[in-house]
Amino acid sequence: MQYFVQQLVNGLTLGSIYGLIAIGYTMVYGIIGMINFAHGDIFMLGAFTALIVFLILGAMFYSVPVVIALLIMMVVAMLLTSLYNWTIEKVAYRPLRGSFRLAPLITAIGMSIALSNFVQVTQGPRNKPIPPMVSQVYDIGGISISLKQIIIVVVTALLLALFWYLVNKTSLGRAQRACEQDRKMAALLGIDVDRTISITFIMGAALAAVAGTLFLMYYGVVAFSDGFVPGVKAFTAAVLGGIGSLPGAVIGGLMIGFIESMWSAYFSIDYKDVAAFSILAIVLIFLPSGILGRPEVEKV
Amino acid sequence: MANIAQASREETASPLQHGLREAFYAGIIAFGLFFLFIGLKTDQNISNELVLVPRWGLLTIVVGLVMLGRFLYVAYAQPFMARQKIVDVASGLLPDSVATRFFRLPYFIGALVVAAVLLLFAGSLDGIFGSGLAGYLRFFRALAIIYALASVLFYFRAFIHNHFSALGVGVLIAYPIVVVLILALLTGSMAGGFQGSLKWVDNFGIQILIYVMLAWGLNIVVGLAGLLDLGYVAFYAVGAYAYALLATQLGWSFWILLPVAGIMAAFWGVILGFPVLRLRGDYLAIVTLAFGEIIRLVLINWREVTNGAAGISGIPKVSFFGLMSFNVSDPNYIAKVLGIAQSGAYYKIFLYYLILGLALLTAFVTIRLRRMPVGRAWEALREDEIACRSLGINTTTTKLTAFATGAMFGGFAGSFFAARQGFVSPESFVFLESAIILAIVVLGGMGSLVGIAVAAAVMIGGTEILREMEFLKHVFGPDFTPELYRMLLFGMAMVIVMLWKPRGFVGSREPTAFLHERKAVSSSFTKEGHG
Repeated sequence: MQYFVQQLVNGLTLGSIYGLIAIGYTMVYGIIGMINFAHGDIFMLGAFTALIVFLILGAMFYSVPVVIALLIMMVVAMLLTSLYNWTIEKVAYRPLRGSFRLAPLITAIGMSIALSNFVQVTQGPRNKPIPPMVSQVYDIGGISISLKQIIIVVVTALLLALFWYLVNKTSLGRAQRACEQDRKMAALLGIDVDRTISITFIMGAALAAVAGTLFLMYYGVVAFSDGFVPGVKAFTAAVLGGIGSLPGAVIGGLMIGFIESMWSAYFSIDYKDVAAFSILAIVLIFLPSGILGRPEVEKV
Repeated sequence: MANIAQASREETASPLQHGLREAFYAGIIAFGLFFLFIGLKTDQNISNELVLVPRWGLLTIVVGLVMLGRFLYVAYAQPFMARQKIVDVASGLLPDSVATRFFRLPYFIGALVVAAVLLLFAGSLDGIFGSGLAGYLRFFRALAIIYALASVLFYFRAFIHNHFSALGVGVLIAYPIVVVLILALLTGSMAGGFQGSLKWVDNFGIQILIYVMLAWGLNIVVGLAGLLDLGYVAFYAVGAYAYALLATQLGWSFWILLPVAGIMAAFWGVILGFPVLRLRGDYLAIVTLAFGEIIRLVLINWREVTNGAAGISGIPKVSFFGLMSFNVSDPNYIAKVLGIAQSGAYYKIFLYYLILGLALLTAFVTIRLRRMPVGRAWEALREDEIACRSLGINTTTTKLTAFATGAMFGGFAGSFFAARQGFVSPESFVFLESAIILAIVVLGGMGSLVGIAVAAAVMIGGTEILREMEFLKHVFGPDFTPELYRMLLFGMAMVIVMLWKPRGFVGSREPTAFLHERKAVSSSFTKEGHG
């Protein structure tokens, strides 16, 4: 039982990170119907930015309290990563809006290749390890929970609450939901659609940057190619939860996290990704539009 | 309101002012994007800790270049293009106007003279100008030759356009022979010609043709049936491992295993097809992606059979239909049978024709299938699934045949790949490969075989050429490695080409079913399916 709960905690940690990334996928998909393949690399850029900021802080000050360091890393990563995603949207996706469906998908794949190789070229292909930032581990009834895990879950929960408020209670969120339902009608009602889409990209990137910072803190290492696997898993999570649905993304992320940690604990660690992908396929056979996705109604 | 204010400001501002303002914004954004990633480099010091190495000079150069580029584009290129458009419309030159201005007889003669002079003194260039300048001159010579060839092509453009397929096949068949002959002339011996041709036939010819074949295979699934498949490389892997395992374990010949590999890949195509039949659009995309990853992960982890990440080596070579072999030690080695000098180039040239034949087979089957009921059903499915169903087309079998046919050609290409490399490992079958193949299909113009072949040649050939850019070392210093920038440029090229031609290189389609006369329609009139 203790072992099971331990795995549950591990899964929750992983799932939080996946969920944060998955929101970016699902929001972009919801609003412009496009798979933003570069989102995994945006996450990696966030982690890398956090790494560089961490090194700057280490070089400039003798010692910085961990909380403040983490906050600074997170904020800078959010800002810069948002700038990246904003620029990418403007350069690579906006001119193709209204073009045929695969065109922005291809530019997104191109951007993903370009971004990861940009980091490889500028920062080198090696893994970049940092010394552990947080190392306390608490023992609660035989279950060891590290402070890192607590931070990840708490930060994720706080952000999700903030995000929920933004989407559901503010005029910005209303504009976003309006664009999601009918872009033309939203424009007619005086919503600046371009701006709303830009903001969607910025919000997605900011959440991915936080996920990147948490990833860096949790694993203590990042490399230029680290965007792909979490990116694909988060995308899987978004689809599993029903793409376009925000709670679905979080639920899907948590599910993928649980499946992974349970599978590696009880079966084999080698096949954990196979398990995650197979469960995705099985779920989609029975629920073709994901867990919380609305079934597509086709009008003829 | 904001838009109106901006528009009026743009009208009143001169292009120069406008350009300066845009350059300023671009500079700010570029600085924000690059100052952490280019301005600072994370490096490991002796005690393996990460330290930051500042590169402010490089950052300044990059930001400056971005600003300059943006300024030139807004202040000069944009007004120039706008003016040119008006001029072209007035003079009725529109479709070819840029090209006719670019390719002129005096320029052509100039280019010929430059190329001829530099070729004449090719041997003494280093002595006269020193190696640095000679490198530039050689590059300049290559440009002149390319320009002259392009002019000739442009002059015969109508003829080429009308006979493109036949000419293309002719050029492809003649390619290795021409390469060997030219190099033999340059080096003065036949052996030198064969030796030098290795790179051109193998790195360029075979490499591009493999991608052409894969893209033509994927085209059946994506371009014809409109099913977005992000895991095509899985079938390639199945074909490669089928040949690798059966050939090393059972010792069967390539010619038996080629169809076996194709059938196995088709079988996997059907297996993948069944669960995804109900899925649409992007759900289909993610499941195919997941399938590709599952295959790769199984190949890595099922060590007893696949030897894991280390891969399978010692895969036997293809024989010349069992008559002659390409192994030097065999009694029926081709050079011994024919009584010619030993060379590794024979095998490469044979492989070149083999993959050319396989690719042409793919194209032929695709063209014929498009005229058969199943091909028409695919295209109907792509355009409108509901209409398809109401006309009594069985969408289940239609989708499954598309997956199976596409997968089969992927399997053929895979077994060829294994035979060519002599070694397979899961490394070769990552998602990036699927993405590249899909990109080629879309960049070529979905459904157009010619466009896809052109896209493959441009994208794969273009990145391969980067390996040859030795002269860049003179520009950026000896420790500059162009290969490092290959994938970066590849990704950027994908974006730029897509922005420039969102419908792909060949943006028109010839309908397979027509009433009275054939007429190419712009592919913007046809939509791609949603799975």
